[in-house]
Amino acid sequence: MAPPATDPTAFETLSVESASVLAQQSAWSRVRRNTSVRIGGIVLVVLVLLALAAPWLGTVDPSLFDPGSRDLLPGRRGEITTLEGETLKHTFLMGSDSFGRDIYSRVVYGTRVSLIVGLFTALVALAFGIVLGLVAGYLRWLDGPLMRVMDGVMAIPAILIAIALVAMWRGSLGTVVIAIAIPEIPRVTRLVRSLVLSIREEPYVEAAVSLGTPTWKIMARHILPNCVAPLVVQGTFICASGILVEAILSFLGVGLPPDIPTWGNVMAEGRAQFNEYPHNIFFPGIFLAVTVLAVNILGDGLRDTLDPKMAKRV
Amino acid sequence: MNQVGPILEVDDLTIALPAGGDRSTAVQRVSFHVGRGEIVCLVGESGSGKSVIAQGVMGLLPKQLPVTGGRIRLQGEDITHAPLARLRELRATRMSMIFQEPMTALNPVMSCGDQIDEVLSEHTRLTPAERRDKVLGIVREVLLPEPERMVASYPHQLSGGQRQRIMIAMALVLDPVLLIADEPTTALDVTTQAQILRLVLELQKRHGTGVLFITHDFGVVAEIAHRVAVLRLGDLVEMGPRDEVLKRPRHGYTRMLIGAVPTLRVHERPSDPNAAVVLQVRGLDKTYHDKGWFGRHRTVHAAQQVDLEIRRGQTLGIVGESGSGKSTVARCIVRLIDPTGGQVLLGAGAQGQGGEDIAMMSAARLRPLRRKVQIVFQDPYRSLNPRRTVAEALIEGPVNYGLARPAALQRARALLEMVRMDATALERYPHQFSGGQRQRICIARALMMEPELLIADEAVSALDVSVQAQVLQLFEEIRARLNLAMLFITHDLRVASQVCDHLLVMSKGRVVESGPAHRVFAAPEHEYTRALFAAAPGRDFAFGGA
Repeated sequence: MAPPATDPTAFETLSVESASVLAQQSAWSRVRRNTSVRIGGIVLVVLVLLALAAPWLGTVDPSLFDPGSRDLLPGRRGEITTLEGETLKHTFLMGSDSFGRDIYSRVVYGTRVSLIVGLFTALVALAFGIVLGLVAGYLRWLDGPLMRVMDGVMAIPAILIAIALVAMWRGSLGTVVIAIAIPEIPRVTRLVRSLVLSIREEPYVEAAVSLGTPTWKIMARHILPNCVAPLVVQGTFICASGILVEAILSFLGVGLPPDIPTWGNVMAEGRAQFNEYPHNIFFPGIFLAVTVLAVNILGDGLRDTLDPKMAKRV
Repeated sequence: MNQVGPILEVDDLTIALPAGGDRSTAVQRVSFHVGRGEIVCLVGESGSGKSVIAQGVMGLLPKQLPVTGGRIRLQGEDITHAPLARLRELRATRMSMIFQEPMTALNPVMSCGDQIDEVLSEHTRLTPAERRDKVLGIVREVLLPEPERMVASYPHQLSGGQRQRIMIAMALVLDPVLLIADEPTTALDVTTQAQILRLVLELQKRHGTGVLFITHDFGVVAEIAHRVAVLRLGDLVEMGPRDEVLKRPRHGYTRMLIGAVPTLRVHERPSDPNAAVVLQVRGLDKTYHDKGWFGRHRTVHAAQQVDLEIRRGQTLGIVGESGSGKSTVARCIVRLIDPTGGQVLLGAGAQGQGGEDIAMMSAARLRPLRRKVQIVFQDPYRSLNPRRTVAEALIEGPVNYGLARPAALQRARALLEMVRMDATALERYPHQFSGGQRQRICIARALMMEPELLIADEAVSALDVSVQAQVLQLFEEIRARLNLAMLFITHDLRVASQVCDHLLVMSKGRVVESGPAHRVFAAPEHEYTRALFAAAPGRDFAFGGA
């Protein structure tokens, strides 16, 4: 073959791809700059700080009560009896319930429970969903039976499953997390399975096969890392759903035991007096709404910045 | 409205790119014109801005790519910043565009007839009966058989060539004066491409349409252009009549491009008949069964009774169109898919005796033999895991077989040098490299395994012509230096003529002809081979020769 008349390397071909270098490098900063991510992120950070700093924010032990301070309106001062028998003067920022407990303290401590439940529900659902999805996507012979089981689980309403599971086991934090996570697993499995099915057709996976890479390494090194973006987004939505479902379960009385303050519990106990003393429901409700909204907004922002860019090649 | 002057005049056109890219403008100060009844080819590599110009003329540019300078005139009317309403009036009636991918350019849920009819109902006041007549007329004119059936079909029921004809029908039904064709034959088979090019020529001659034809394939340019404009990174570097530009290019870049186009002339290459046989395939079969639930069986013979033999230091090329089974054969040899019959013998020795049959081997027994055959894929953008560095991609193979990391990295450095890449590439990620560079990395990855046989499955098809020339040269060097056997799969006859010692022509899963490359090219025996060679665009054209 005669060498080219002029050496191609003499012409620096500024490829279109070099434009993509800048696009890719700023993927992370794109995420950071997205308004939704910022708003959702900031609100969540504030809530986390609130939860961590609960003892120092003018709260008292949430289980303390005082019959003399029942049904106080928000902002009133009253007395509260500590476990040792002392009587403290305390401002009930969000009022008190029918037992005389400080709503403010219960709501702030309840933030901890809700965030923990949301986070761990997402983690548990993702963990099981990823394993099942990888198996279903890569081992074709297991795919059929596994997905039919998932279909079965999805056919039962999530709340009913959660109620049934909590009723079978004792109501505790771990139980509630698992009970809420189980109905979320099928959706994650489906998502991972579809990702696996598309990624395994990619030439780099075929190259790994021809290089003699064992299957488990292919799953861990090639398939899973490329699934991360959509899974992160899905995780945020599971978190939001988990927080909400926990509140519903507590409201119905089938969630965490009543001595643990959760927003649902507070609302449940205030339900009977809603007409006269709405502050029982109002304040926990606001916190619940803001938290779920923040998580959803964060998830939307992450999806906008991560998902479509991952799929598109510049 | 100017009847006599050029149909399309582009003056000093500058289109800006969004900030943060590698350059500030997609095209800068480009000027050319298209006269009545003339075909002007815009040639350039990827990133040259040719598609941007086409979209600019039609007014299809997104907001991020504004026209910041110059003028576009259609029959004397300035349409550079024309309002959308005026552009809509002009589209399909005065200027039309056909695109590269007919499947995505046609609406999958509308019948083809309805889509052509839509053009008519939007721009004319004909009655439904008159529109139907016109639709059937244009479908007949684009030489589609059974017009009534075509009109009622959906895009997915037609072949690629047929869909492209439907798109041409849609574009020409209202007899526009300007037709813009954006790489319309790139996604088609060679024989289909030849037919579509012939069709465009005929229609253009009959209607006197001016055509702006965008392509990267110089063979196509040689086949149909009256005048050629060469673009490089947004600059128009050369323009002139076809013979001038292709035979006597003046600009250095044009000369480089023309020089990089592989010719169809094959020199007889010395081959050692006593070299060891590296691969022998006998009677390879790959059949797909579609087991429907209600007993409806569909059997597809992707490969049937394929025989081939490759010796050390030789390159065997398999050419064929899409669906011929060439990729299937390659994948069966690498055992990415499992053959349904036949033998694949590795390392048979000079006499063709012995050798291990890997066709039906179990995965466990196959593992140690995998390293003997390695493959380089077509799409360099999808052949490397975007999440792993080049170093990790390269050492993956040897580490699987027990080589220690430091030794593997050492070998990786040596191989990167062999493929002419800097060792600093090891720490970088694939997205930081161009297509040609990524393909070199993939070649290095394959060579890390020290294979006996290297398979290149359309490995240069997705590359620009100048990059392609470099990579082909690299393949030659590697083959010579390592005395490798190579199996080169391609649909491009020019590429095959450049690298192959022996040639296998496949059609519909069967081998129709085989033999030394120079003999097959000079005197093809099978009629399919002859049709294939006859369809290669610009085959009689002497590029660069005065």
